[in-house]
Amino acid sequence: MESKDNLRAPVSQKPLTIEKPTDLTTIGGTVTVEINEKKITVPLGTTILEACKMSGISIPTLCNHEDLCVAGVCRICVVEVEGMRTLQASCAFPITAPMKIKTSTPMVRKARRNIIDLMLSEHYGECYSCFRNGKCELQSLAKEYGVDSYTFGHVTKPKYEMDNSSYSVIRDMSKCVLCKRCVRTCIDLQEVGVLEAVDRGDKTHISTFLDKPLSDVICINCGQCINRCPTAALRANDPSDEIWAAIDDPKKHVVIQTAPSPRAAIGEEFGLGAGHSMTRELNTALKRIGFDKVFDTNFTADLTIIEEGIELILRLYKALVQKEKVALPQFTSCSPGWVKFIEHYYPEYLDNLSSAKSPQQMFGALIKTFYAKKAGIDPADVVSVALMPCSAKKFECNRPEMNASGYKDVDYGLTTREMAKMIREAGINLPEMPKSDFDNPFGEASGAGLIFGVTGGVMEAAIRSVVEFVLGKKTEDIFEKANIIPLRGFDGVKYMEIPIGDKVGSVPDIIKHLVPNWDWLKGATLKVAVAHGTANAKKIMDDIKAGGKFSECHFIEFMACPGGCLGGGGQPIPTTPEIRKLRAKAIYAEDESLVIRKSHENPHVVQIYEEFLTDGPCGHKSHKLLHTHYTKRGRYIA
Amino acid sequence: MEKNKRKGAVLFSEYKRGDGIKNAIKKSREDILFEIRESKLKGRGGAGFPTATKWMMVAAANSEEKYIICNADEGEPGTFKDRVLLLEYPELVFDGMVIAAFVIGAKKGIIYLRGEYEYMKKSLEDYLDTMKKDNLLGNDILGKKGFNFEIAIRMGSGAYVCGEETALIESLEGNRGEARNRPPFPVTTGYLGHPTTVNNVETLATIPHIVTKGVEWFKKHGTDKSTGSKLFSVSGDCEKPGVYELPWGTKISELLDLVGAKNTKAVQVGGASGTCIPKSQFERTLAYEDAATGGSIIIFNENRDMLHVLKNYMEFFVEESCGQCTPCRIGNVKLLEGVKMIEKGDYTFSYINQLKNLGRSMQVASKCGLGQSSPNSFISILENFKEEIFNGNGGHNGK
Repeated sequence: MESKDNLRAPVSQKPLTIEKPTDLTTIGGTVTVEINEKKITVPLGTTILEACKMSGISIPTLCNHEDLCVAGVCRICVVEVEGMRTLQASCAFPITAPMKIKTSTPMVRKARRNIIDLMLSEHYGECYSCFRNGKCELQSLAKEYGVDSYTFGHVTKPKYEMDNSSYSVIRDMSKCVLCKRCVRTCIDLQEVGVLEAVDRGDKTHISTFLDKPLSDVICINCGQCINRCPTAALRANDPSDEIWAAIDDPKKHVVIQTAPSPRAAIGEEFGLGAGHSMTRELNTALKRIGFDKVFDTNFTADLTIIEEGIELILRLYKALVQKEKVALPQFTSCSPGWVKFIEHYYPEYLDNLSSAKSPQQMFGALIKTFYAKKAGIDPADVVSVALMPCSAKKFECNRPEMNASGYKDVDYGLTTREMAKMIREAGINLPEMPKSDFDNPFGEASGAGLIFGVTGGVMEAAIRSVVEFVLGKKTEDIFEKANIIPLRGFDGVKYMEIPIGDKVGSVPDIIKHLVPNWDWLKGATLKVAVAHGTANAKKIMDDIKAGGKFSECHFIEFMACPGGCLGGGGQPIPTTPEIRKLRAKAIYAEDESLVIRKSHENPHVVQIYEEFLTDGPCGHKSHKLLHTHYTKRGRYIA
Repeated sequence: MEKNKRKGAVLFSEYKRGDGIKNAIKKSREDILFEIRESKLKGRGGAGFPTATKWMMVAAANSEEKYIICNADEGEPGTFKDRVLLLEYPELVFDGMVIAAFVIGAKKGIIYLRGEYEYMKKSLEDYLDTMKKDNLLGNDILGKKGFNFEIAIRMGSGAYVCGEETALIESLEGNRGEARNRPPFPVTTGYLGHPTTVNNVETLATIPHIVTKGVEWFKKHGTDKSTGSKLFSVSGDCEKPGVYELPWGTKISELLDLVGAKNTKAVQVGGASGTCIPKSQFERTLAYEDAATGGSIIIFNENRDMLHVLKNYMEFFVEESCGQCTPCRIGNVKLLEGVKMIEKGDYTFSYINQLKNLGRSMQVASKCGLGQSSPNSFISILENFKEEIFNGNGGHNGK
């Protein structure tokens, strides 16, 4: 995912593929160019834009995005190349020969200014009444080039009706500047393909199949398009007004659960660099805003590991011992974008999807049952909010089947960006907040639940527990510091084998009633895989369909977003490969700092099985509250 | 007009079907490339890129799969010469493609036919069938071992931009007709990623003549920098509109006499994307080094309203821009708005100058030839006819 070679972009949009020599000292490995009369040597195939960056020259860009294939359509990055009649788009021009480049000639400046003026002429709306105010790339360009009037006029009426049909993504095409980042995100990065440019000339606009509203096409709600939109043309469906109303209503008991990824990224919204975890500062801020309780989603992530892990063990037991036909490999189901993706694209594999709900929805079901009872509150008065890095979570909590508690389990899904807005609105500067802990009865969860936020994290958390369940050994004895390195990093698809060997442990009490012993696993090899971004998910699914290597896996983690949840569609803008790395680093660092780093060691998890889910993991009660079913959608919506 | 009545020194000169191929396969690929280079043949579509250079790059490309594409998406307003070649001289076009295939090493050729030329498809397919029967196409063409080549006909869908070679390739691949970023150029990364040469119908039709009659014969026609002859599609205010073959270097005034144009005020050379030449410049020559054209010549007499002419062109570009790059998509709209402002008399000179400035930015910053040339008429008509437009009937003087 991090390497552009992985992108399955149309040939036309692929950058010129030049095999970059690994040893740049060889002849032809590098090329020397002159930028603004300063010489610089760059690897062959470097774009002019990259070369300029290397020599400290900034070039304005708009359609260019590090995650996406080249488009070269906004033309804001044009530069002069000696000997060429026209200006060249620096993002799309690979250097293969020595050349002289000038980045700030009168011709270049005039062209850029004209282009900005043209965009502004068709961009509907005023900056002060726009939620991207201060965070809009078009606005920054206008500022950079000192635009003080609308040279070519300015539209006064919206050209298109706003599409707010979707629970997750709102499209306001009157603000679109046609950079096509959303199209490239949807088609090339995610391979979903619900957005494409239609019509031509001045009628060109980004549309969906037959111009249908977003709720009526096979959008998976991942929100990656929102994350890459330079303007306010795309945004998440913001419930913050309703949440404020609930907070202001004294009769309502408003609780919030916070997922690990927003905590690792929300600092970016308050001027901190990427990679600062704000977990405990956020706890304080949320209390000051007026939330009655702040819970850690990682608690139900731990619960997910137990439920989903035991579901896997049961599937394997049925397949290997009872010789029943069960669907394997088992797929994770935490990512609602991935769930909708598989419902549309591979509905014939829904049986492989773990029936365990996502941590958000498990928590929702527990808050309005277990917690409400324990706290002596009428669940009808509880308003349950989930802070998520994700726009698809908004759709997920609105699924009709998510009413296990007898109420809507989670009332509102809130993105990191929307949370930051609420905090700012309350006049709170998050980084200055004192630290405080999560509320009981769920307390703080394990490091295993925390790393759910990174691609590979669910699998790592699962293996930390499975290894101890089955082998009776400490994870640390097998993996140094319990860090399972092969599952980390940003390779699009990761694969790992864990040989079980001849020595197995004894079955823990919690599942003794389900499997008598581990003898049947002796000599077996556990095969697992991880994919992030639906384009990579597609690679694995197609391989499984073709009966390839991945069809022999036992357990596969899928996340809809590149990088996993930390790169989610609800995260701060921008999200780039570099920023994803830093967020991951923050999450792994927090994990290592915790005492409890395995889900099954979380005392609150043990407690809830003792107190509430008394018939154990995958038991009757847990099935009612913590498990769900899926919809065969195919190319249909319902 | 009937074929045998057409007169011309090069293209319409006598040619026997298959002769070019016969001559070509006797020679080496290098020899033919050398001949074409010596002939200084340039692309007839309008851009004037040296044909030999294009072919050499494809010939030199290291690839098993190469393509020759004949660009028959004749869409420039006022051109209809390819229609004549395809209907009356298919032997020239297709023999040219076979020779190109021989030189560059292509096994497959595609003719991208303008959507509106659907009616020709049947006759062209029939013609290709007879070529196959006569072994001018197929395997071991004319007994040349290993020289296999076939031609497929593919239809365009009516977008002007698909005449641009990379947009044409996109369209062939089943995508939206939008120009690609260059580099990489089609000669290295073309159709389906393979080295591809895209040539205009007329360029290809010239090849068999050069190969059979020689470079020296060809260079006798035209000027030093613009060798050979050119087909001109003449339309507008004249007595004898039609397709004319004239040597490069012909003066505009000579052409006007030939076609019986009277009281001519302006000549649009090169179609909507070309330039508008006023009477004072009628002694200019039609040549790559002077008034270059892909063949479209539109004549306007004194009764024509030049602002109206300009408006017509700008409406065309607003409609036909593919819409992907900012300067072309929005720029053309702004230029058209400017024309409408002048029409109403509601404008300032400072704004018109701003628009000319915008036009110059579009010429250098647009992604492809469409946006780069669409401001040509705006700039040339407003410059060359400012008396008429700003002081005369076209509108009244602004503030």
